[in-house]
Parts: sequence; structure tokens; C-alpha cells
Amino acid sequence: MLTPQEIQQTQAWRPMGLKDEEYQKICGILGRLPNYTELGMYAVLWSEHCAYKHSRPLFKNFPTKAERILVGPGENAGAIDIGDGLAIVMKVESHNHPSAVEPYQGAATGVGGILRDIFTMGARPIANLNSLRFGDPASEHVRRLVRGVVAGIGDYGNCTGVPTVAGEVSFADCYAGNCLVNAMSVGVVSHSLITKASASGVGNPVMVVGSTTGRDGIHGATFASAELSEENEEKRPSVQVGDPFTEKLLIEACLELIESGVVVGIQDMGAAGLTSSSSEMASNASSGIEMDLSLVPQREKGMNSYEIMLSESQERMLVVPKAGAEEQVKAIFKKWGLNAVVVGKVTDDGMLRVFHNGQLAAEVPAKSLSTEGAPSYVPPAKRPDYLDKLWSYDFQQLPDLEPDEIQEAFWQLLTSANIVSRRWVWEQYDQDVQLGTLVGPGSDAAVLRIPGTKRGIALTIDCNGRYCYQNPKGGAALAVAEAARNIYASGGLPLAITDGLNLGNPEKPEIYWQLTQTVQGVAAACRALGTPVTGGNVSLYNETEGEAIYPTPVIGMLGLLEDAEQYATIAFKNQGDLIALVGEQGEELSGSEYLHVRRNLVAGSGPKLDLDAEKRNGEFCRAVISSGLVSSCHDVSDGGCAIALAECALAGKIGAHVRLYCPNRRDALLFGESQARYVLSVPENNYDALRGLALQRGVSVSLLGRVGGDRFTVELGETKVIDSDLGKMLDQWTGGLDRLLGEK
Amino acid sequence: MKFAVVVFPGSNCDRDYLHVLGNVLRQEVTAVWHQDTSLGDAQCVILPGGFSYGDYLRTGALACFSPIMEAVRDFANGGGPVLGICNGFQILLEAGLLPGAMLRNRSLRFVCRRQLLRVENTNTPFTSLYEKGQVIQAPIAHGEGNYYLEPAELRQLEDNGRIVFRYADSQGQATDEANPNGSVNNIAGIANEAGNVLGMMPHPERSSEEVLGSTDGLAVFQSAIAYLAERGKAAC
Repeated sequence: MLTPQEIQQTQAWRPMGLKDEEYQKICGILGRLPNYTELGMYAVLWSEHCAYKHSRPLFKNFPTKAERILVGPGENAGAIDIGDGLAIVMKVESHNHPSAVEPYQGAATGVGGILRDIFTMGARPIANLNSLRFGDPASEHVRRLVRGVVAGIGDYGNCTGVPTVAGEVSFADCYAGNCLVNAMSVGVVSHSLITKASASGVGNPVMVVGSTTGRDGIHGATFASAELSEENEEKRPSVQVGDPFTEKLLIEACLELIESGVVVGIQDMGAAGLTSSSSEMASNASSGIEMDLSLVPQREKGMNSYEIMLSESQERMLVVPKAGAEEQVKAIFKKWGLNAVVVGKVTDDGMLRVFHNGQLAAEVPAKSLSTEGAPSYVPPAKRPDYLDKLWSYDFQQLPDLEPDEIQEAFWQLLTSANIVSRRWVWEQYDQDVQLGTLVGPGSDAAVLRIPGTKRGIALTIDCNGRYCYQNPKGGAALAVAEAARNIYASGGLPLAITDGLNLGNPEKPEIYWQLTQTVQGVAAACRALGTPVTGGNVSLYNETEGEAIYPTPVIGMLGLLEDAEQYATIAFKNQGDLIALVGEQGEELSGSEYLHVRRNLVAGSGPKLDLDAEKRNGEFCRAVISSGLVSSCHDVSDGGCAIALAECALAGKIGAHVRLYCPNRRDALLFGESQARYVLSVPENNYDALRGLALQRGVSVSLLGRVGGDRFTVELGETKVIDSDLGKMLDQWTGGLDRLLGEK
Repeated sequence: MKFAVVVFPGSNCDRDYLHVLGNVLRQEVTAVWHQDTSLGDAQCVILPGGFSYGDYLRTGALACFSPIMEAVRDFANGGGPVLGICNGFQILLEAGLLPGAMLRNRSLRFVCRRQLLRVENTNTPFTSLYEKGQVIQAPIAHGEGNYYLEPAELRQLEDNGRIVFRYADSQGQATDEANPNGSVNNIAGIANEAGNVLGMMPHPERSSEEVLGSTDGLAVFQSAIAYLAERGKAAC
């Protein structure tokens, strides 16, 4: 390891991702030159991934409080009261860069990391979700990524016995070199067992539990905080290796330990491993921690203090139990075949002090490593020029679809990459283990029952990146609105969100502008819909060779059902049911999948946002679902009204006949993506009651057609424009992704 | 009736059987830790699904050396009803309590879906309440469910009616299309020679409540209860 003087001479902080002024700041904090171990610790914890240097000042815009919010941002995960003394714990996290260079392990350890955030809080993980973005599936490279990521997510979740119940996958060229892998996990816990990452009580022991420590993943967080380039192949050693079997044991051991009542604080070792967990726990309690690294169980020989402190070996936790409970902790972990070793103690001097082989290896103020201690930046922001071009597009110049072109356009859209069934993906995930899944993948939101109660929860994760590219603020708000729509359409009351903000390099003014707009959009929609932000993740520097991804703020949302069994799915159910549209028939084409697929065009400022209509129409749908008036409910999103109706028919394996009246453009009527809309199917006898309720609430409801038969037909006025055999549609749509990925 | 569910490190369906047997069917059911050496007074033993020891060597290969497996072997050899589901089936194969081996699914991918089965043999403690030829739904969720047995032994199994469940379509046809993993002869579940040990890849506990979409699997457990009741009567 370099000496402090050699570090200074060779500017060794630069390859670690620290700026010159940040190095100076460290020297100021310590009142001396940092040694190599200390420099490494600062480099990782002051990385964008750990310290949110560029995004932190913006978060004050987020609404974070509500009666139900028990734990908000800043802890491992948010906790939301669902009644009966229970809370739901949830969080989303990105593993984009690791997955781009090592898709299987990158995705697997993404799931492992987010699971640990959940059970660290004392919650038993009950569901996983994920949000994935890739480039064109025709590319062999993209196919390799998709296969690896899906298998990695599946194998980790399956082995740990946590069902993967919902998610989204979409494809666009901007993700070709920088795929997105956002994993979300959800757990349930009694209020009294919610546990925090706090090292309080001077003299209490500090214990490392779980797996051994090796050289894997060193500087993983630093790697996550830089743009991707061709040198990334060399970064492969920065990617950790997952062991879901050990994770499963760790889940059981930690939950047993927390239930035993001896835990003062517990923190998982995620990014920056021992450094982050110890400094966060000390910083949260305004205490200090002293550790002897020679006591840390190691899987490799000859590791130095720098390597031990920065290792991102997976499936490890730092535990502070009450003094005297050491043997009890060891006994629980021994039962599960895991290490539990005392490596240090809590002190009162605010320092993180680390010894190795009898020598002082690092001594820094714990708070200076924490998020509050890290530098933060408000870089210049500039509205990107590309927006002018998009926003000034004149849709009048775009030819409408002729009636005889509609059937073909419908098929083209139905079998396109972003609309075909995701069956190929979700069949690789165990969706049913734990027997809680009432509605799994393939509907608008997943619905789970909560054991020991009558209640259920609805879960979804959503974002349309193209809308966000076209209008960063409006698109971000629409991502929240779409998540809420999926919860409403399943019969749930939206309660809270966790957000994963994925963007490019914030040091570029245009990207920083996108980031500020994104945060404002999410905040505005969360306020309007009453869903506070409970925490989340920011992943910046998502660029390849200087090209940024679409701003992609993925929104994981929790909804509550007072009666778990009063849910709706998207599937048409009964021959003869009437089909109705909730919301105004749209006239917009901007941002649509249709424009992208059929016209290869991204233009305009995206669909119009109307948060009042979102709330009004959503609450209406929830009301008619929970009162049992309707047979099915589905929100209108990608592909517009025609595709939404087709999806209901496909899910129910039953035909439908629809008639629309076209005041203006045929393409916009059928395939436009105007927001705040739902399609319902309703028994004829209930239709008047439904209409009455809609009138009361000022909600627009119009009759579209009827469920039945084995064909899917759409008429515009008197002209039949879509007439397809449902069996053929099922075949093409269900196996569509297999074909696009070359798996058939 | 008294059921025991063995918990191996990495088992993950153990709590699901506790729920179905305890809460749905109101039976006495206890979890037995793999390092225990006794099954207590259990009348029926279940080896659960999951990934015992992470399936790291071969599925079920390490679990079959757990201390409790001696007791399971004795229990099975003494005629006690033993049901291995998914990973439990794989453990029974490794333990030699059932013949054959599991290969990776022919797709080389994990597969989770609702699956139809045809009941082939109703003369076991776990299938007596089904009709022969009945088509039932039971979800599958596995990466290595591609059952293989040498042709000569397979013929014996077929001739002796030891195939208990076969993957089938809604018409009850055991077609290749209905075979989700490539199992020889569409085999989804088999019994030992005496009929008291059953291994199956599908998860009947996942189709044991209306709210989960089907109750077709419940009869597996109800059959066991009926069998034990009958045996209890005979013993008196």
C-alpha cells in the first residue's frame, strides 16, 4: 500500500474517483494526510452511489410524511403501517453497472442486496419485483444480457424462497450499452420488531455475522458511480458473487435473532461493506466504533486492511447486540451454520477506529464518512436543446392510419417487443412460494394476502422512460400516476412509493436539469396522489461512450386492500359482460408505442398529465372493484385503448366485440396513450349502478362493447377494422418474447 | 393426525405445509430440524420443497446425509407414509428411497407455471381420494425436474403401477407438449415398491385453497389423513 506521502505525490485518489478538492477536504477533516486504507474508505463512501452527492440536495422536495409512514428515507428501507400492528417494509435498488458487465451475478447480487435491506429491518421478505431495461432484443449482446439478468434474478429469489410477483421489462436503443436492473423487495414485520442501523450503548459488542470476507467487489460502489466504457471488462472483479443459499440461512438467522430481543442495531454490508455498515451505525447513534480486522472471518489469505474494509463480499451483516448476549448470538448463527464473531465494540468518541495485526490501520470521524459528512454538489443545470425539436413537432403532418391499414398496425403492435407477453421472463421466477400470491405477474399489480389478517397488499413497479425523455418532469409524474393506476385497477388504495432514479452523468448540465425535473415530477405526483416517498435509490452515470439513457425514474408502489379477496385482474371473465371505458377518449399520439413501432418516431412532449383526473378516476375504479360491481379492470397504457382491450381478452382467453366512434384521428383513438384511463368489464345488470356512481363522482364512463366469442373485433363506426382469431392472437402474443429473443 | 415437516438448511416450502396442514386442514403438524435424530410420534413425514444446501453439489445430494434422514429411512422402511415434494422428491432419489435421477429441465431454465397432471395410481396413501385418470392442477417450480430412469427399470415401474402422476393436457393426454421439463414418460411423481413413499415435482400445497386458484392438490393431504385414520382403526 502507498504511504500517505506517496498518495500525495502520485495523486492516488484520482483513479479511486475522488476529486482533488475532495482529497483536500479529507486532509482538512483528519488534520493530516490520509493513509491508503482511509483514502479508500472515503473514496467509496463519498462515491455518488453511497453519498448521493449530486441528488441529495434535491430530495427535500419529496413528501416523506404521512400517518402511516413509520420509517421514512434514511434507513435501510421504508416502513408503512397496514393495520393489525403490522408494517410493510419496502425498497428498490439498482444494480445497473454490475449487470452490464456480468449480467447473471450482477442481477443476482442486486436481489441479494435489496433482500438484506428488508430483513435488516426485522421484516420477513414476502415479495420481490424488478424493473429491467435493455437495448434492441434482436442484438445478440442484448439477448445475452437478458438471459443472464433474468436467470440471475430468478435463481437468487427462487433459492431464498421469496416469490417474484411483478415487474416490468422494456426495450429501447438508449439502454443498449447500459442496461437497467432495478430490484425491489417487500417484507412484513410487527411494529414492535422494526429494527434500525444504530450502534448505541458504549461497550456493546460489534459482531460480524454471515459469510466470510474475501477480495470480491472491492470498489464496486465507485465503479457504479462512473460512466461505462470499453475498459469495463477490466472492472469485472468489481462485481460481487452471490450465494443465495447463505442468504436464505442469513434471513432465518437474523429474523430469529431480532425476535430474541437482544439486538441493539443491525446493518447489512452492502456497497463498501464493513466501512459503510460500521460508519453508518456509529454515525446514526452519534457513537464511535472500534474494530480489530484480524478477527474478521476471511476466505482469502493475506488480505490487508484496505481490502478487508472495502470488500463487498455478499451475505454479511454487522450486528450490535446488548453486552452479554454474545453467546446467544453465536448460538443462533451456529444453528444456521453461519459465522458470528465479535470484532470490536461501541465507543463514545465518534471515531471509527480500525486495527489490523496490532497496528492502527484507520482512524476517522464516523460522521465524516456518512451521507451528511460527504460533500454535496449543485452543479449547473441547462434545459437540453433536443426538447425544442421534440416539442415543436407538428402532428398534422403525420398521416393517419387508413381503415384498411389498422389490422396490420394492430398485429405489428401486439407482437412488438414492449407489448408481447412477458411469460418467458416470469416463468423463470417462483411466483407462488409462501402461498401469499393471489395475483401474480401478468395483471396490473400483484396482490398478496397478509397472513393472520383479512388484508391484502397490491404491488407494482413502473416507468415509461420515453415519456421521461420527452418531458422529464411530466414523465416522472406519469410514472407515479401509472403505478397508482395499476394499484387502483387491482382494487388497492395507493399508500406509498419507493423510487429508483436512473439517469446519466449529472456533471453534464443537461442531465442535471433532467434530474431536477425528475425529482420535481415525482414529488408533485406523490403529493397529489397521497403516496409519500419512503426511500429509494439514485443511479447516475448511466451512460455508454457519452450517450445517456432516457431518464428512468422507476416507481415501486404499495397499495392496501382491506379485504385481500376483493381484488380485480385485467382478465375478461364472463360472456356477455359489457365493456366500458373510464376517462376521456384520447386524442394524443405523443410518446406512444404506436409512434415508436409503426412510425419509428419519438415526438411531442408526451401524454398530458392530469393528476386530478388520475385520482378521481382511480378512486372510482377502486370503489367499483371493492363493491364487487365489475368483473375486470385494466389501465390503458402502452399501445393505447386497442391494446388494453386485447390484453383483457388475452388474459381471460375470451373474445370481445368493441365499437368506437372516431371524431378525429383513427390512430390516436385506437393506439394513443392518453392517461388516467381504464377499461372495465361489468355484468350488464350492474351497469346502471356503475353509471350512477360515475355520475356522482364526475367520472366519464362510456360503453365500448361486449365480452364474448372467440374473436377480437373492433369497429370504427360501421367499419370493421380489427377482426382476429383469439387463438392466433394468444399464440403470437404469449410466445412473442421467446421469438424476439431467438429462444424458439 | 400428526405430521412432521423436515426442515433442511435451504428448505423454503416448509412453512407452506405447516399452513396447509395446520391452518387449512387443522391437523397437528410440527417442523423437525434436520439435525434432530427422531421424528417423534409423527404418523406421516413430509420432505419439503426448496433448495437444501443450495442444491450446490446436486439437488438433494447433501440433504440426504442430514442426521434426520436415518430416522426418515427407518420410518419409510417400516411402512410409514413419506411424501417428498420438489426438492423433497430430489432428496428421496438421492437417499435411495426412490429410484432414478433428476436432470436439468430440457429448456435449461427454471420453470414456474400452473401445470396439469393425470392421476395414474390411486392406491397410495396420498392419492386414494382421487379418481384414476383424473386431471388435476398443481403448480410446478423447479430447474431440475427432468426425471430419468434406465429403460429396464422404467418398464418395471410402469408395469407395477408405480407412476403416480404424469404431466398431461386438459384432455388427460400425456403429450410431449404437456411435458414441462422433459421427464421420461411425462413422469411427475412416483412411488416406491411398497407404495408408502411418494415423490412428486408439482406442489399440491399451492393448489389447496380456493383463494389460490385451485383446491385440486388438497386431496393429496386429505388422502394421507384418511389413510392414517383407516390404519388407526385397523390397529384397534
